[in-house]
Amino acid sequence: MTPRDRIRNFSIVAHIDHGKSTLSDRLIQVTGGLQAREMKEQVLDSMDIERERGITIKAQTVRLDYRAKDGLDYVLNLIDTPGHVDFAYEVSRSLAACEGALLVVDASQGVEAQTLANVYQALDNNLEIVPVLNKIDLPAAEPDRIRAQIEDVIGLDASDAVLISAKTGIGIEDVLEAIVTRLPPPKEGDAGKPLKAMLVDAWYDAYMGVVVLVRVIDGVMKKGMRVRMMANDSVYGVDKVGVFKPKATDVDELGPGEIGFLIANIKEVADARVGDTITLEKGGITTPLTGFKPAQPVVFCGLFPTDAANFEDLRAAVARLRLNDASFTYEMETSAALGFGFRCGFLGLLHLEIIQERLSREFNLDLIATAPSVVYRIALNDGSTLELHNPADMPDVTRIREIQEPWIKATILTPDEYLGAILKLCQDRRGVQKELNYVGTRAMLVYELPLNEVVFDFYDRLKSVSRGYASFDYSIDDYRVGNLVKMSILVNEEPVDALSMLVHAGRAESRGRAMCEKLKELIPQHLFKIPIQAAIGGRVIARETISAMRKDVTAKCYGGDISRKRKLLDKQKEGKKKMRQFGKVDIPQEAFIAALKMDGD
Amino acid sequence: MTGFGVYVHWPYCTKLCPYCDFNIYRARDLDRAPLRRAIVADIHNHAARYGRRPADTIFLGGGTPSLLSGADIAALIGAVDDAFGLAPDAEITLEANPEDAPRFADHAAGGVNRFSIGVQALEDVALRALGRAHDAASAVAAVEAAAATGKRVSLDLIYAREGQGVEAWAAELEAALALPAEHLSLYQLTIEAGTAFDRAVRRGRLAPPDDDRAAALYEITQAVCDAAGAPAYEISNHARGPAARSRHNVLYWTGGDWIGVGPGAHGRITHGGVRLATKAHDRPENYTAAVSAGGVGYGDATPLSRDEHGEETVLMGLRLSDGLARGPAEALRGRPFDADAVAAFGEAGLLEDAAGVLRLTPPGRLLADHIAATLAQ
Repeated sequence: MTPRDRIRNFSIVAHIDHGKSTLSDRLIQVTGGLQAREMKEQVLDSMDIERERGITIKAQTVRLDYRAKDGLDYVLNLIDTPGHVDFAYEVSRSLAACEGALLVVDASQGVEAQTLANVYQALDNNLEIVPVLNKIDLPAAEPDRIRAQIEDVIGLDASDAVLISAKTGIGIEDVLEAIVTRLPPPKEGDAGKPLKAMLVDAWYDAYMGVVVLVRVIDGVMKKGMRVRMMANDSVYGVDKVGVFKPKATDVDELGPGEIGFLIANIKEVADARVGDTITLEKGGITTPLTGFKPAQPVVFCGLFPTDAANFEDLRAAVARLRLNDASFTYEMETSAALGFGFRCGFLGLLHLEIIQERLSREFNLDLIATAPSVVYRIALNDGSTLELHNPADMPDVTRIREIQEPWIKATILTPDEYLGAILKLCQDRRGVQKELNYVGTRAMLVYELPLNEVVFDFYDRLKSVSRGYASFDYSIDDYRVGNLVKMSILVNEEPVDALSMLVHAGRAESRGRAMCEKLKELIPQHLFKIPIQAAIGGRVIARETISAMRKDVTAKCYGGDISRKRKLLDKQKEGKKKMRQFGKVDIPQEAFIAALKMDGD
Repeated sequence: MTGFGVYVHWPYCTKLCPYCDFNIYRARDLDRAPLRRAIVADIHNHAARYGRRPADTIFLGGGTPSLLSGADIAALIGAVDDAFGLAPDAEITLEANPEDAPRFADHAAGGVNRFSIGVQALEDVALRALGRAHDAASAVAAVEAAAATGKRVSLDLIYAREGQGVEAWAAELEAALALPAEHLSLYQLTIEAGTAFDRAVRRGRLAPPDDDRAAALYEITQAVCDAAGAPAYEISNHARGPAARSRHNVLYWTGGDWIGVGPGAHGRITHGGVRLATKAHDRPENYTAAVSAGGVGYGDATPLSRDEHGEETVLMGLRLSDGLARGPAEALRGRPFDADAVAAFGEAGLLEDAAGVLRLTPPGRLLADHIAATLAQ
């Protein structure tokens, strides 16, 4: 057991690319957790997708043993946090297990919207924060300007910020010293009291089964002890207690203030509720810690196998993903057009993209994803309310009293030259401006926006109008009544339920028109004329027509052309496989996603 | 099967046409002997590998094989005769550019008995736009010179050109039909990937007619040729009577065997009960090297699966006005055609299914690729 005053629990808060992972790796290396030859690039981002995209999805943790300049040995627990807004929930639980945080800012790029959100969360959790300016070895580094910016924007004293280059190793010792001297040890904790520990995270490991990350508050956690998870009221025998250095290493016990893992015979990650309190089976505490609010999926879409024969494969794959990601939800769905599939819930659009990518990459599934939708609250005339996850399930309009939609509070930081375009974008998306401040040459905007205007392509558009310079972050704000209508899309007079969506009445016509135009581009010509219509109720608000195929013939076809023709045929067959038949019309799979990414231009 | 042919590819041209995506190389004052010798050797090596069988047709294509002399051609024909034997009435076609008309008599003396002349257009402006070296008057003269040799004559035209009107094309076509040719190949201009025309289209400098205009041009073509006694016997080929059809090309459309010699040439040979697809090396130096090492002009022949052979039969056979014999095609595929698809095309007036033959109707011919692709599945 480590004495409490020798423990420092900390997180690193940073924007993507500002060097969080590199710094983590350096800290591990310098404190001897891994030999240089064992250092894979960026140890903590262990999923392929994490490494490719340079993002962290799952919180991870590592224990660093450090002998400080005062000659004493310290245990430093680094809890890695995801950077992206979709995983704000994971950030919140990581921060709750810490007393301090390093705020890493790129010394040339400065503070970004994402940094802000996370740093505010850290301040809300009363964490002590040490600013660290990274990449000071680069010619573009302007530490003085960035220090001033941190003070202006965040209101944090940055005069004694640590200057480092995680890449070259400059300043790493200073960071370690700052952690020891400037961050506080765990505040309270009594090894003599009954066990009280917080369940910080849980994941599924192919070798160890469900691994539970805990932070001990009071008491001691040991192998062989029987513990109770208070929220679930379930009891487990502790098979193993350990810490990550970063390799999983068994320890005899974990005392107050310590962070480590426990392995019990837990079947599913969903059985280990993040934020739960762990105590003794007998003689334990009776009042649990204040838990976190569970992560709520905010974006939903239907996932269907392109080939209906692969439904069982999809079922197995989503179940596997759920095993390790309790924030991803799914339930079976039947679509008249697409057959059997699942309606899946995600923390946000990035989460959706990542799950889709994992399904296709790790499970080799060809999928059709329907329009992403948010959760609407519908108040019916009979006084009841329901949550609508799928526009196809919308009750008849005569039964509806009102529809509420989720709104977000978005923070956008941008160089001021793009401000005009961004204001227009937010305005077009029914945004309500709350704040507009200048920090040097950068503008900080706070907008309230309906989430359904953001789920489609807001982020893409923002990046495009700002040439990639604007950064964006959001949090779910509240539900508000909206003048929303269900827009159906009819292809060849038949409604395609997978393309229907709820839209704001004032935006329906332009949305419908854009949708019809896009589908006209994406659906190939057939032997007959195909009308494409957008309709609200029985009223058609937009219409396009795909003319009948008039000519499809190769003029010259001799001996040398046969192989080429046959290859063309093979390509057509491949393409045909990626189409779904709706009535007499073949609609390509990409139409479902691409038709939704159409605003602006 | 419907006979045996030899296709000879001569890949050199003095000028490259902006619409052509064949395996071609620009060459002036070329020493023709090395490639000619390689092709001769390739013909012999083919016979050694696949066995001797008399050739019914030889087709000298390119490129510009009319750049060859009568003696070159005699050497190639002689090689086929030595290696395989030649049927007594064998059809020997030479693709010829009008500017090579002065050599036609020499070509005929070398053994050519059918000229296929690249007239392409009878309007000077159009010929310039197509990047051709000749003008309309010399094209007419070339057709007459070919006819004067007493051999069979075919001519090629390219239509559905930029800005071409239906009436102007009908008049141009009538003028071509008045020339002494028993056969016409009438091709709609196709923009092939990687050609100069392809780049021009993408840069907005060339706008070929849209599908509706192209369809109207195709329809007037059929009407004018029918009236002149030269109906289509294939999508783009017209003949004044069955004897005037290109026997060599019919062999492609009806699934016959042929060897392909010369750089980039394709072949189809049934050997040991398996249909093989062959393609010679594209680059003349690679081709020559392969042949001089004692082999044929390609590495390995690719055996076609039953499905692939079936697909090719449908894709090619449906192009003929005579149609595709259903029984043999289904036997080859090992499965019947999709009855629903046949019925649907029938109802749409695109396909006839009578007396065991599947035949495209005139509107069906404009959708030949779509229909063939569906039936070939």
